[in-house]
Amino acid sequence: MSMAIEKMGTYARFRQLALPRTLICGMVIIGVSLLIAFFPALFAPYDPIAFDYKALLKGPTLAHPFGTDSFGRDVLSRVIHAYTIDMQIAVFATVGPFIFGTIVGAYVGYAGGLAEATFGRVVDAVITFPFLVLVIAIVSVLGPGLANMYIAVGIVGWVFYARLVAAEVKVQKRLDYADAGRVMGYTPMRIVFRHLLPNAITPAIVYWMTDMALAILLGSSLGYLGLGAQPPAAEWGVQIADGKNFMSTAWWISVFPGIAIVITGLGFSLLGDGLAQLMRVRR
Amino acid sequence: MPLFSFVLRRILQMIPTVVFILVVTFVLVRLLPGDPASAMLGDRAIDADVERINASLGLDKPIPIQFLYFVKNVFTGDLGTSIALKLPVTTIIMQRLPVTLMLTLMAALLALILAVPLAFLAALKREQTADAVIRGTFQVGLSMPVFYVGILMLTVFGATLKWFPVGGYGDTFGDRLYHLFLPALTLAFSFSAVLMRNLRSSVIGVINAEYVDFARAKGLRPRTIMIRHVLRNALISTVTLFGLQIGTLFGGAVITETVFAVPGAGRLMIDSIYGRDYPVLQGLTIALAVLVSLTFLATDIFQAWLDPRIAR
Repeated sequence: MSMAIEKMGTYARFRQLALPRTLICGMVIIGVSLLIAFFPALFAPYDPIAFDYKALLKGPTLAHPFGTDSFGRDVLSRVIHAYTIDMQIAVFATVGPFIFGTIVGAYVGYAGGLAEATFGRVVDAVITFPFLVLVIAIVSVLGPGLANMYIAVGIVGWVFYARLVAAEVKVQKRLDYADAGRVMGYTPMRIVFRHLLPNAITPAIVYWMTDMALAILLGSSLGYLGLGAQPPAAEWGVQIADGKNFMSTAWWISVFPGIAIVITGLGFSLLGDGLAQLMRVRR
Repeated sequence: MPLFSFVLRRILQMIPTVVFILVVTFVLVRLLPGDPASAMLGDRAIDADVERINASLGLDKPIPIQFLYFVKNVFTGDLGTSIALKLPVTTIIMQRLPVTLMLTLMAALLALILAVPLAFLAALKREQTADAVIRGTFQVGLSMPVFYVGILMLTVFGATLKWFPVGGYGDTFGDRLYHLFLPALTLAFSFSAVLMRNLRSSVIGVINAEYVDFARAKGLRPRTIMIRHVLRNALISTVTLFGLQIGTLFGGAVITETVFAVPGAGRLMIDSIYGRDYPVLQGLTIALAVLVSLTFLATDIFQAWLDPRIAR
């Protein structure tokens, strides 16, 4: 079976292999999440930041399926509007590190030698700082808020992508097709970015999916600590912090945003696992 | 003695790392708006006092000289004075750090107790219902933020069932274990998911190795094979992961201690951010980074001891 598949062309193999179930589940969850994130007003029944003093701390009812919080705000509407911020965190906190890390990794992997040794030391040093501790320290120096959070994550996050890409490029550059490129007289730039990188980037893409799940966890943690998205903005971590003092009387304020975090995080993980299966990346 | 020279080489490799840690924390504090003197004296500071304090802190010297002073101070154990508590930062950290260490140690043990049997079960029942259920549960665990798990545990086991205290820290050792149990379980929750995932795949890798076939052919009892041959070898990669994850565990401790009001180093860090107590923030960042790099060192040595090929 596997021998037969190996002999086929890429397109035939793609058709032969049904898409992994995990990938389909992940695509559905993230697709729906993106839809909600772009058009929250279409789904939310109420204004997410409007106070309603006639409906304080009301439990789940038909009018308010997820209940209301201590300002009478509709929890469902806030969870829905939070998709905009939290999906934005997932993308913005990771896309910069992905691009920059990939470029550095490609250079380091191809150049080797001194560049590789220096990079190795940088990696050692960066992973020495507890990630969350360093991000919290940077955010507290720059000031709370999402923009500063992206900067803090970016300063640290690119290293992991660069390490993955460098390792792959190092393998790819010894293969025959790389030699063929050199024989043809292509510039190193062209060989690395046109030929090696497309073959070396898969692990980084798979990691990117997992990293988006981690970014949501980080973003909501900072929101919870008061260092990320600022109230009254609807963000899942901020919402959980809003409700933490009402847990025994009004559990719905914190519990529903948490469920949204878990589902979205699962979506990205499934997407990553599915892609890994599809591309046959060993994790 | 290849192990000895390996350890020596590994310690030398730490030098650039430590320099980097010091440069980063030094730069971080230089980036702050305002100077320490104004922060200490408050709004009503007069210029002469500010200048005097800046001079006593060496802040009137050029930046490279300031850095050398900073390095000298760190190595002599002087991390400055806390603005909020008016105590030496080193003293404060020494009070708070043991709490965090105890919390992370308990969390690591709980995570192992959770992860090892379940990883074995999942690996042995591979691709069956038990495996799917275990992996699914842990996948959900991985997607849960630490503070959310903490709040849920606090509400269910603390406030509602009243099995455990809802926060704080005891006086006697036993009392402390009791107080730290829920926070440690919270931390262990996502950590065990990472461990389980890794251990499951390494058990699957080891279980098909020839030496396991050989042990089976020798007629050893399945239980002996599992513990003496499979577990021991599968744990090697888990030890590495354990070391690499210690930073994540410290990060999680910051949040757990905030949720459960545990007076540890993590809680101190958040307090120092809210109170703009930058000497404490700087000292803590250095202390935690140094602890992590020492853990990496210990992990590498332990690994080299488990598998002498690494030390070559």
